[in-house]
Amino acid sequence: MTIKEIKVGMASCGLAAGAESIYTALQDALPKEIKLSKTACIGFCYAEPMVEVIDEEGKSHHYGYLQLRDVSAFAKNEPPEKKLLLSQVHDAPGNKKLARQVKIATRNSGLIDPDKIDEYVARDGYEALKKVCTQMEAQAVIDEIKKSGLRGRGGAGFSTGLKWQFAKDAPGDKKYIICNADEGDPGAFMDRNLLESDPHSILEGMAICAFAIGADEAYIYCRAEYPLAVRRLNKAISDAMEKGYLGENIFGSDFSLHIRVKLGAGAFVCGEETALIASIEGLRGMPRLRPPFPAQSGLWGKPTNNNNVETYANIAWIINHGAEAYASYGIGKSRGTKVFALAGKIKESGLIEVPMGTTLREIIFDIAGGIKDDRPFKAVQLGGPSGGCVPEELLDTPVDYESITKIGAIMGSGGMVVMDDTTCMVNIASFFLNFTQNESCGKCTFCRIGSKRMLEILLKIQAGKAVLDDIEKLEELAEQIIASSLCGLGKSAPNPVLSTLCYFKDEYLAHIEEKKCPAFVCRDLVDYKIDEEACTGCTLCALKCPVKAIEGSLKKPHRIDQDLCISCGVCYEVCRFNAVNRK
Amino acid sequence: MNKEKILKIIQKYEGKKGSAIPILQEVQESEGYISKDAIRYISDHRAIPSAELYGIVTFYSMFRLKPEGRHTIRVCKGTACHVSGADNISSMLQTLLDLPTGENTTDDGRFTLLEVACLGCCSLAPAIMIDDDTYGKVESDKLEKILAKYE
Repeated sequence: MTIKEIKVGMASCGLAAGAESIYTALQDALPKEIKLSKTACIGFCYAEPMVEVIDEEGKSHHYGYLQLRDVSAFAKNEPPEKKLLLSQVHDAPGNKKLARQVKIATRNSGLIDPDKIDEYVARDGYEALKKVCTQMEAQAVIDEIKKSGLRGRGGAGFSTGLKWQFAKDAPGDKKYIICNADEGDPGAFMDRNLLESDPHSILEGMAICAFAIGADEAYIYCRAEYPLAVRRLNKAISDAMEKGYLGENIFGSDFSLHIRVKLGAGAFVCGEETALIASIEGLRGMPRLRPPFPAQSGLWGKPTNNNNVETYANIAWIINHGAEAYASYGIGKSRGTKVFALAGKIKESGLIEVPMGTTLREIIFDIAGGIKDDRPFKAVQLGGPSGGCVPEELLDTPVDYESITKIGAIMGSGGMVVMDDTTCMVNIASFFLNFTQNESCGKCTFCRIGSKRMLEILLKIQAGKAVLDDIEKLEELAEQIIASSLCGLGKSAPNPVLSTLCYFKDEYLAHIEEKKCPAFVCRDLVDYKIDEEACTGCTLCALKCPVKAIEGSLKKPHRIDQDLCISCGVCYEVCRFNAVNRK
Repeated sequence: MNKEKILKIIQKYEGKKGSAIPILQEVQESEGYISKDAIRYISDHRAIPSAELYGIVTFYSMFRLKPEGRHTIRVCKGTACHVSGADNISSMLQTLLDLPTGENTTDDGRFTLLEVACLGCCSLAPAIMIDDDTYGKVESDKLEKILAKYE
């Protein structure tokens, strides 16, 4: 092969895996004939660091799992074939994975350099905005979005076109639009990837929305924890201003738009739109009663439209390809595609985009390769702290808003965390409740205090000190919190508990009645001991013990100091001689 | 407290709506934390009650009322990291840093240890961040070596 160009994947996932040093090494090693450039994330996060190689015929080949020692092979035009992941010419392990996906929101991710506006423009970038500004009426744009069936990708699933219509119809000459980039769900990173990989597609989507509802000012409310995304967004905004895609009189029309990035300050509740608006106004991010909806009275009391990052990323594609093309994907009332972030005990973690209606089993087993180390599947958590855990028997559920809600989870923003038999479901429930009760803004009593009481009961169960009546108390509290909370955070806070109680009640009972944690996770219910006869004194466990509770010298049997031991189970996991027993 | 710098930050936002949070963010970036004096100073110059500023500072997780160590370690406690052993990484760091009871900054002011909701590097769980460097697939026995890079 003669290599023409090498692109290094440099989104957060690639950078954390060492892409920067690969890039620097390539810079030194590559001959002048090979062009070196940067791109972002194609979604194969498990194989980072990755590079894309363009050959003499313009065909693309991706190589993954790279190490510094692989660099010289690229310089010699002999890429390491064993590390081939995707190829337009050869059969490669990732080809099938890609073939099952439909990339609309992520159409440019990992293919272009996000810092270069020309590369976005070369892939039909800002074409849709031009069409809208020069050939379309505002109402026609909204009709098109309505016809596409696009629904809010932040999780609630409200019709995007209808939302725009409300904001357009609201009286007032000053209107705002907001992009919610405060991705707070632990376990979700779709928005980070989109912001880092293709910021212009979000700006273009926002501009089309602003045109349609008649807004001239916009805010992107982005997590401060995503510094790279913020940097790329700001660069994209100033480049788009310079080229005239944003600013005054866009494409010679009388439509003008200014977009600003606002940094979030760290509050999960700001994902709720009225709380987010309060935060932009410089206040504590506390939700308020709706109506009035932001479409009537939002930012600074003006009509405001707020959508999530992924929702905006779909817009330009819909305008370019037509509502029918978009609606041809999906099932029932859920049209188009959805991006999912796969993580946890799964072989191929990363990002995928599939048509709505793909089943959970297809996503987890066919696309993402199944469970790590081929352990038994236990559950997949959908929708983060507001969602639920789905057991094996429901894996054939299609992923669409209605079906997912029916089984006690929510679509949410698209985080999917896979769990195997080493995960305790009581522990997971208490993990999420700990999160929501920390993040409760404190306005509604049932959310503020009720979630705390529920957490206390869960901790009691985990410590083996609960009685059967406690389960009833949990259910009662859950019902009250759902009924008496103002916003989505409180209303959905009990979901992780309710769904685990529904599908994994046996685990709760084991903790309460037998004082046992079947997954050996709850630390008060597990004891570890070293079998001195089996122990070879290899010292590995002592080395890995996080609290230095294991003593013993080389080639002599080791011992666990029970007073120091926190029952984390690391020694059990690392022992190669089955010398650590647990009960 | 560097009054001059803070005044400059306040003046930058003169007449701009909703600037309490950006002012506090910039003051923290310049001072390292939000001191009582800084709250009073901003309050006097912007006619925002101190109580309201204090309310904002304690509401959002990014604000600190105490100075941080020279390096900040953020242990990700997101779902993916949680099921991949983030608790053990935390325990190991606690042991290595030997933090004073109830404190999260070491006596010598070298490290501050924080737990954060999610760093968004779920495919590299468990993950930690030290200052601006992210480390993925962290193993507890490698932590000592990683910490040694930070003086």
